[in-house]
Amino acid sequence: MVLFDYAFVVRALLAALFTGLAAPAVGTYLVQRRLALLGDGIGHISVTGVAVGLLTGAEPTFTAVLVAIAGGIMIEVIRERGRTSGDVALALLFYGGIAGGVLLTGLAGQSAATLNTYLFGSITTISSGDVWVTVGLAVVVIAVAVGLSPQLFAVAQDEEFARVAGLNVRAYNLLVSVLAAVTVTVAMRTVGLLLVSALMVVPVATAQQVTRGFRATLLSAMGLGTAASVGGVVISSYVDVAPGATIVLLSLAAFASAWPVGMWVRRRLRLATPFPDPADGVVDGAAGHTVVPEDHDHEHGQTCGHRPVPHGDHVDYVHDGHRHAPHGSHYDEH
Amino acid sequence: MQLNTNVVEIRDGAVELGGRPVLRGIDLAIHAGEVVTVLGANGSGKSTLVRTMLGLVPVCRGEVRLFGTPLGKFHDWRRVGFVPQRVTAASGVPASVREVVGSGRLAQRRLLRPLRAKDRAAVTDAIAAVGLTERAGDGVSTLSGGQQQRALIARALAGRPDLLVMDEPTAGVDQASREAFAATLDRLAGRGVTIVLVAHELGPVRRLIDRTVVMRDGRVLYDGPPTGDAAAVHEDGHHPATAATDHAPAVVSPVDRGEAN
Repeated sequence: MVLFDYAFVVRALLAALFTGLAAPAVGTYLVQRRLALLGDGIGHISVTGVAVGLLTGAEPTFTAVLVAIAGGIMIEVIRERGRTSGDVALALLFYGGIAGGVLLTGLAGQSAATLNTYLFGSITTISSGDVWVTVGLAVVVIAVAVGLSPQLFAVAQDEEFARVAGLNVRAYNLLVSVLAAVTVTVAMRTVGLLLVSALMVVPVATAQQVTRGFRATLLSAMGLGTAASVGGVVISSYVDVAPGATIVLLSLAAFASAWPVGMWVRRRLRLATPFPDPADGVVDGAAGHTVVPEDHDHEHGQTCGHRPVPHGDHVDYVHDGHRHAPHGSHYDEH
Repeated sequence: MQLNTNVVEIRDGAVELGGRPVLRGIDLAIHAGEVVTVLGANGSGKSTLVRTMLGLVPVCRGEVRLFGTPLGKFHDWRRVGFVPQRVTAASGVPASVREVVGSGRLAQRRLLRPLRAKDRAAVTDAIAAVGLTERAGDGVSTLSGGQQQRALIARALAGRPDLLVMDEPTAGVDQASREAFAATLDRLAGRGVTIVLVAHELGPVRRLIDRTVVMRDGRVLYDGPPTGDAAAVHEDGHHPATAATDHAPAVVSPVDRGEAN
């Protein structure tokens, strides 16, 4: 394949492959804890980290990792303490992060164009040193996110239960925040700080349209993330488009095609769900025994076209806004 | 286990939430094999009481012991099963019944080790015990409210605990689930499991109860044999609180510690 003749394309593909695996792995736990925007918040804070690097002459990726981890820990501590009003505190951090970044970049005498390569990614300019750092960090993130999945799942599912199971809930929550921070800075070169959260969240949202279990969601989200990020790099090497934006739009396209399938499956499940028994266990209930008045020109059955729904020990047929249950020679309204 | 060791013991316990006293003067000892219900109106502190037993809420004075060990030094969590007060077992990502119940084996598992055959068998048994075998592979969010509660009970049972603490496990649950719950409790009590059950109303489990603790305004109002009906506790001149008492009013401020219970 002619693509692999260019060293920078190979580097870009490697970085995309590992970012695509790592970002949704962490993102699954964020979505599970309903903190889908945490990645975005860390991304905003990392802008300050990048600017610190530009100002001091240190490697921006390195300063961004440090600031992102500090920001991730801060967000987690605020979330744990603030409970209901945590979102306001998060907003304060987000805007502080991005304003600080813009200010410091100006002080460093750097143009907005320099900052742009971090905000929106610059995967084709990635050096081979950067690639190995990206791959190394991503492998650590993937190993922790998959290896500790029973513990991380339990903590994200139900903190109180996890504490009574003897897990150190705070340590695991901080671990997720640190993993998210590392992932954000890893993905900074691929999709950019402002778009990284999409690669963490969108594949998870796509996967859960069709999955029923957690492990299946985690693994298929990782697959979808990889497909989108590798696909985005390939497309942008043929067509002159921004790789980061292409990756994110590919993920969104996958979601857009999975969503109707998910809707259809959920609708079918909902319609086929058995009717609940009333709390007192008496099916006829307060209305008593109600015989359906109208005549039927057919017998309700599997093939009559009226939707059969289980109800206790029998089947109700959904019939123009009524529930008809066979009772001897006639039908009852249930 | 030694004889005469109390499974749960609180001595002179007091709890503050957000600086406001919530529980005061709690002296309670629960013996091995007892089936105890904690009753009381909303805001009476019954939920806080069981959360204190498990260390989810710290005491500001007094001492809590589990199986004779002070809570701070207690590490044998595999002996404890907990069903928290929850409306739903679902979270932001789909999870199957089997996966949720599988979390109940965490205290028995070592880090980074796959599930052993013993763990799988315990999970299968726990799911069967609450009558959800046919739904084991389904997502918990597709279950009815009562079935979700049964999944949470199965999760606590999967660890085969010696002490089972349940916070309103049958609130808003259909009749079939209530009866399945009573049958499960009956079997556990028969095996000698100590059970602490917070409840609003007892329903079919009433006949299993050895002892009732009634909470009122953060203190133990009654502790003794079941009085027949939860309503009986209101007959001695006390009227039931109709509104939830807010001990620690929530203040909206981004970084303040809002400790609503």
